[in-house]
Amino acid sequence: MTRTTLRRIPAYAFLSVAVLLSVFPLYFMAVSATNTSNEVVASKLLPGSHLLENFQSLVASQPLGTALYHSSVNAIATTLLALVLCSIAGYAFEIYHSRAKDAVMAILLLAIMIPFAATMIPLFRLFAQAGLVNSTIAVILPLVATPFLILLFRQASRTFPHEIIEAARLDGLGEVSIFARIYLPTMKPTLAAAGVITFLFSWNNFLWPKVILVDNAYQTLPMLLSNMRAGYVTDYGSLMLAVLIVSVPTMIVFLALQRSFAEGVTGAIK
Amino acid sequence: MSAPTAPTEDRASSAPPQGTKGSRGRLSRSKQAPLSAIARRRSLTGWAFIIPAAAIIVLVNFWPMIQALFLSLQTGRGTQLTWAEPLLSNYQRLLQDDTFILTMSTTFIYLIIQVPIMLVLAMVLANLLNAPWLKYKGFWRTAIFLPCAVGLVSYALVFRQMFATDGLANDLLTQFGILDSPVNWLGETGTARMVIILGLLWRWTGYNMIFFLAALQNIDRSTLEAARVDGANGFKTFWYVTMPQLKPIILLCAILSTNGTLQMFDESYNLTNGGPGNTTMTVSHYLYNVSFRNSPNFGYAAAISYAILIIVAVLAAIQLKVGDKRD
Repeated sequence: MTRTTLRRIPAYAFLSVAVLLSVFPLYFMAVSATNTSNEVVASKLLPGSHLLENFQSLVASQPLGTALYHSSVNAIATTLLALVLCSIAGYAFEIYHSRAKDAVMAILLLAIMIPFAATMIPLFRLFAQAGLVNSTIAVILPLVATPFLILLFRQASRTFPHEIIEAARLDGLGEVSIFARIYLPTMKPTLAAAGVITFLFSWNNFLWPKVILVDNAYQTLPMLLSNMRAGYVTDYGSLMLAVLIVSVPTMIVFLALQRSFAEGVTGAIK
Repeated sequence: MSAPTAPTEDRASSAPPQGTKGSRGRLSRSKQAPLSAIARRRSLTGWAFIIPAAAIIVLVNFWPMIQALFLSLQTGRGTQLTWAEPLLSNYQRLLQDDTFILTMSTTFIYLIIQVPIMLVLAMVLANLLNAPWLKYKGFWRTAIFLPCAVGLVSYALVFRQMFATDGLANDLLTQFGILDSPVNWLGETGTARMVIILGLLWRWTGYNMIFFLAALQNIDRSTLEAARVDGANGFKTFWYVTMPQLKPIILLCAILSTNGTLQMFDESYNLTNGGPGNTTMTVSHYLYNVSFRNSPNFGYAAAISYAILIIVAVLAAIQLKVGDKRD
């Protein structure tokens, strides 16, 4: 009994170090947001009382509200559209499966391998020609349909019993109603996983918004952070508070949905 | 694997058509629509469900990829583009571009050092978290995965702060007597690259761990029991029984990580801004500069982007080949 306990000590020690290293930079960020710039530089690791002052100077010097608004609109619109488009496509690839559809899926999956770098410039030119530079649609369109999400939903559909669909058809339900009213409610873990992935990706996306949102009036939160860095902001307390504000929503989304996320990923890997 | 269409048609042929087709079927009852019409209608419904997503994927992935190929064969500034003379001159220029070679080498240094360390760490952590005797599993998992909830720009700025000359890393290391004097982490090529690699490890290890953990939980317990009955110890069981079953997911993580590292931009731009002297700049960062900084050169930038595309494809092919061999 004690020998097995002894053998487990290294494992717990290793995990503790891993957790410490994982959480420490986040702790430093949160604590620094409450300290003065001088205290941040002096590496103070205890919470301070300067949070309100940091917030006031941040709001006074940066268009935080507008950036927050743009980031929220982009992330929410992307997530909703992605869930609709990819869930229905993934469902159809499985439920109405045919040789032609399998071939289409195989081709779409190749897009996972296309680096964004290789499409960025033509994509910019495409939206520029359409007069969509600085528009929400240009920011979100490249993110709303991804082969990965379609795959996630197709895999999840594998375990959905076809008898239920047949029964619903016998009851006279249309194909869209079967999808929306019978299939979707059983897909909550997958929807959560797909939603978390898309929301986090959209909220944190940096390169594409930076390319397509030429006018800083439309800047998102990551762009605002990056511009603060480029502007050599010397108020490190405010800077860390800005980083904290950008990070809090994604942490909440993740923590709230992490159980579903884990289930969704597990389901997809099967 | 299931065969969804076959049972659908079986059921449709055994039941009266008006029943299977619901209200629409009742409307055309007098005509007795042929069964293949139902199948065809369902197939069309399937396509209608697929086409919006598929069309967007073609528009934002495949179409620009083909455009980039044509663009890489052109020269000129802004929108005034003409076919290059000779046609491959942009690609010839790549081989003589010192900055391209430097940024590509730097990217490979990140890739070769960071990805193997990360995958091994993620595998060790996943196995520990999967141990049946481990307590507070949820806590450990959440804490280790938490960095993934933080944006790349955000963590880059936190690391930039921590590794500033007057930052936390120097303060802690000098306090504990590990360093005699502060190090200019981001001012020297070697240490600046190390900070980027540390950042990547911090941000992505937990992400890969989640995939490994999910795969571990799907492993058939009876295979592990069988190994134990045959007298295999813990490591042997892991190496000969668990690992082969994890191969597909390791391959997936390796390919995704390779792909991600070759496209890395945010850390290079925000943590070190490519410095000192472009020695921490990734090739994607260089691509951005050629595309949108100073006098944009889309043709040459497209050639750089195709070089990245080709390297991603070649590395994925190699990994798939190596992954297959061990069978």
